[in-house]
Amino acid sequence: MSKSKPLLFSTLGKKLIMSLTGLFLCSFLIVHLIGNLQLFYNDQGKAFNEYAYFMTHFTPIKIVSYLLYTSIVIHAIYALVLTIHNKKARPVGYAVYRGSANSSWNSRNMGILGTVLLVFIVTHMSQFWWKFHNDQVPYIEYRTDLNTNKTTATELVAGEFTDYMEYVDNGVAITKARDLYKQVAFTFKEWYWVALYVVSMAALSFHLIHGFKSAFQTLGWDHKKYAPIIRFVGIWFFGVAIPIGFAAMPVYFYLSN
Amino acid sequence: MSGNMNLTLKVWRQKNDNTRGKFVTYQANGISPDMSFLEMLDVVNEDLVRKGEDPIHFDHDCREGICGMCSLHINGRPHGPKQGTTTCQLHMRSFHDGQTVVIEPWRAAAFPVIKDLAVDRSAFDRIQQAGGYVNVNTGGVPDANVIPIPKIIADEAFESATCIGCGACVAACKNASAMLFVSAKISQYALLPQGQTERYSRAQAMVAQMDAEGFGSCTNTGACEAECPVGIKLTNIARMNREYLNAKIFKEIEVH
Ligand code: HEM
Ligand code: SF4
Ligand code: FES
Repeated sequence: MSKSKPLLFSTLGKKLIMSLTGLFLCSFLIVHLIGNLQLFYNDQGKAFNEYAYFMTHFTPIKIVSYLLYTSIVIHAIYALVLTIHNKKARPVGYAVYRGSANSSWNSRNMGILGTVLLVFIVTHMSQFWWKFHNDQVPYIEYRTDLNTNKTTATELVAGEFTDYMEYVDNGVAITKARDLYKQVAFTFKEWYWVALYVVSMAALSFHLIHGFKSAFQTLGWDHKKYAPIIRFVGIWFFGVAIPIGFAAMPVYFYLSN
Repeated sequence: MSGNMNLTLKVWRQKNDNTRGKFVTYQANGISPDMSFLEMLDVVNEDLVRKGEDPIHFDHDCREGICGMCSLHINGRPHGPKQGTTTCQLHMRSFHDGQTVVIEPWRAAAFPVIKDLAVDRSAFDRIQQAGGYVNVNTGGVPDANVIPIPKIIADEAFESATCIGCGACVAACKNASAMLFVSAKISQYALLPQGQTERYSRAQAMVAQMDAEGFGSCTNTGACEAECPVGIKLTNIARMNREYLNAKIFKEIEVH
């Protein structure tokens, strides 16, 4: 008879890791979406650029963001480990297999959907995160007249100054920042980036319509009263509202060009 | 007889686990729609025996849906196109004249092929032996009904206990996972007062054996529940996850 292995070496323990990292990523999506809604402000990107600076320089948030990167990596690694394990459990496949008769397409293709998401995450981070952290975005200066509350913005020449400044000079509030907003607007001038983002958000939707409720099942959190709530949140909030919210951003920039 | 059908069967033939198998095509002629699927195979086999050929091997015993011995992956689904039924209870009226029927064994590393369509499901026995029991005190015969059990709990445990161990859940799962079977066996004891003594060691021992047998992990697709002939629910899997994680995280002391 087999001895019980340590938790993380069992199939159930590996799924526990998948579900915890997956749910952590879900919680991140909420924060990321709410923050990015500032892209829709009609303020030449001031609120968004200030927010971008805050998110990259406030220590607790920096800690959480490293936790997040780790979660993505662990989630992807365990996805691979489990997929290999599952393939080994059926070395000879069926000639005829009617999966559609008993399960949803997305639940059977979490790995493919996840791979799309991984490609997306890498692309997305190289477009914004990498450029932001490596001085490859333009700079901008906002001047707000404190009497009239009018703001004007001018592009700054790169190299003239780095990072971020905020001060008041002669009744004018001045903010100098990296112009991530412009980087966003610039990127989504191209239809193919817009297309990639929209397709990836569709993949996110399918991944989470199954994934969110699946994570609770993995944790054993199944209850007559709460299961319908989890199902509802999984479909309508994580499967519909969040992906549509994200997809709206590239579409908005593309159309407002 | 009128209304009888002629079918084309594509049957997986394999000498044993060490040889490669292949599909062989047979004609099943004059099949009555009132026959069961297994009776249809009997007809084909009688024909093969008459011709001096090796009959098709398949598992069966009770032929009334209670023993769990029959199997068969029929046209892409375990126990055929109907839900909530075993292959022995599947009638030929679920097929139509001229149809091609592809018949395969359960496919799982943990269920090696014995011959043709018969697979070795003793992995299930070993999982059961690892913890699917309760200790009973010796002594006088206890009175019936001395331990109060709420009706809802008794019903739930009974429903879990209806699992016939057929393995359709493994066959249906894209990962060849045995979670539905194991969770039903864990649940039937975890729910009842009689099962409390070994509650946490049982969950750990049975999961360990399940993993050791080489079954896949659970992606919660729900294919098992949809294909289970007796309607074992996914709730059992959630309960097993709960029992196991609870045991591992909070009750490690109770490991065997
Ligand atoms: C924003 C990104 C992502 C989120 C929010 C997310 C969320 C989730 C959640 C909640 C689950 C359910 C866990 C469970 O059933 O216990 C899951 C499962 C899964 N995820 Fe992700 N995921 C993301 C990215 C990825 C990536 C990048 C990959 C692959 C490289 C991936 C591959 C998988 C796979 C294969 C499963 C199914 C595991 C199984 O049940 O066997 N996911 N994900
Ligand atoms: S859970 Fe259902 S499908 Fe699985 S072995 Fe038991 S009866 Fe068969
Ligand atoms: S032969 Fe017993 S259940 Fe089918």
